[in-house]
Amino acid sequence: MAMESKNQNNTILQNIWKAGKALAVFAMVSSGLVALTFLLTEDQIAENERQALLHNLHELVPPHLHDNDLYTDNITIDAPTLNYRGKAITIYRARMENKPKSAIFSVIAPDGYSGAIKLLVAINHDETVAGVRVVSHKETPGLGDAIDIQKSDWIRIFDNKSLSNPKLNDWRVKKDGGYFDQLTGATITPRAIVKMSKKTLEYFSKNKIAVFEARSDYGNTGL
Amino acid sequence: METPDYKKLTTNGFWHNNPALIQLLGLCPLLAVSSTFINALGLGIATTLVMIGSNVTVSLIRDNIKQELRIPIFVLIIASFVTIIELSMNAYLHELYNILGIFIPLIVTNCVIIARVEAFASKNDVKSSFVDGLTMGLGFTAVLLILGSVREIIGQGTLFSQAHLMFGESFRDVQITLVSDYGGFLLAILPPGAFIGLGLLIALKNVIEKRRLERQAEKSIILNPDVS
Repeated sequence: MAMESKNQNNTILQNIWKAGKALAVFAMVSSGLVALTFLLTEDQIAENERQALLHNLHELVPPHLHDNDLYTDNITIDAPTLNYRGKAITIYRARMENKPKSAIFSVIAPDGYSGAIKLLVAINHDETVAGVRVVSHKETPGLGDAIDIQKSDWIRIFDNKSLSNPKLNDWRVKKDGGYFDQLTGATITPRAIVKMSKKTLEYFSKNKIAVFEARSDYGNTGL
Repeated sequence: METPDYKKLTTNGFWHNNPALIQLLGLCPLLAVSSTFINALGLGIATTLVMIGSNVTVSLIRDNIKQELRIPIFVLIIASFVTIIELSMNAYLHELYNILGIFIPLIVTNCVIIARVEAFASKNDVKSSFVDGLTMGLGFTAVLLILGSVREIIGQGTLFSQAHLMFGESFRDVQITLVSDYGGFLLAILPPGAFIGLGLLIALKNVIEKRRLERQAEKSIILNPDVS
């Protein structure tokens, strides 16, 4: 009896060992293939992301309005009013002949109709809005998604606005007694964007000098 | 072993055993991504490539894996193929990759793939597994494309919009606007539209199939009057 159960134990152990080996071999081969693909595509993916970001930034601050590299001249700052879930935000800075021209804030409006809305808010040095663009969102197709420049021109409503035009109190959608049009069938979405743009303008007007002078993450000095 | 019948494999993939209309597998990505033709095409091609890859690989190693180990190994193989395709799409079809988003990695969980691997590739030779993966993938893609076209036409009045995401800038203009100044029909674009559309497609398939069988029955009655 004792012998038999010992033999049985041995075969079970052998089976486990064999199965483990087979799984390990498969795991190694497939991770190897995935790693290889990663190495082959890594540079292209980074370049794609850089191009996509630059494309978005240039929508707001066209290449002829600045002469620095927007992609590398950026800072990550901890701004309690703008942070999303406690995460610091990134600011891209446009300069012409070393003079500050505009700052592009990559911020997230947390209170869209279906979750967070990722925005780029570009503000000129004179505290007027150069433009706002939606980078990604999950708003309802056909209603809230009119905030996307591909679907409608609504987002251009912010162009050239500032905290004094319209008045500070009017930085709300019409339904809430403010200046900005809401969208047909969607109030929550525009409300979230108006609120975030206002907060960004307020931050900029209080911290303008720091925004342009802070040393960039890539080591570019400010002025 | 009997010689594989490629014609039968093909009609199975597209019609008699269509993954989306008959097996009703992989509905999650099917319903979520079929809002436009180009999205549907992107997901269809990615799924087909994964199906061919995993079918062929599993068929190659089918005699060397133990019965108890097959499921984790199948999952490993499928997951690797999906990751490879995901990385390649991110590198070479970046914008389409951004639109399809989470549904590319979710191909791993598409039950069609593991179902074909388990039910077919693990029991058949490489060549017929390849054909099975190809035709099942294309059958799935065909349903995606029909649903995508219908939803895009009804939902936004266009066809082939955003083709440049897949084929490059020169294809930006292939978009066909069927109804200009069309307000759009939201229901078709939202998830309920996908369910209704798929339901109608399945109904249509069943009607056609029923007619076909009736006609066949009529023919056989005419040929052998005794049967009746």
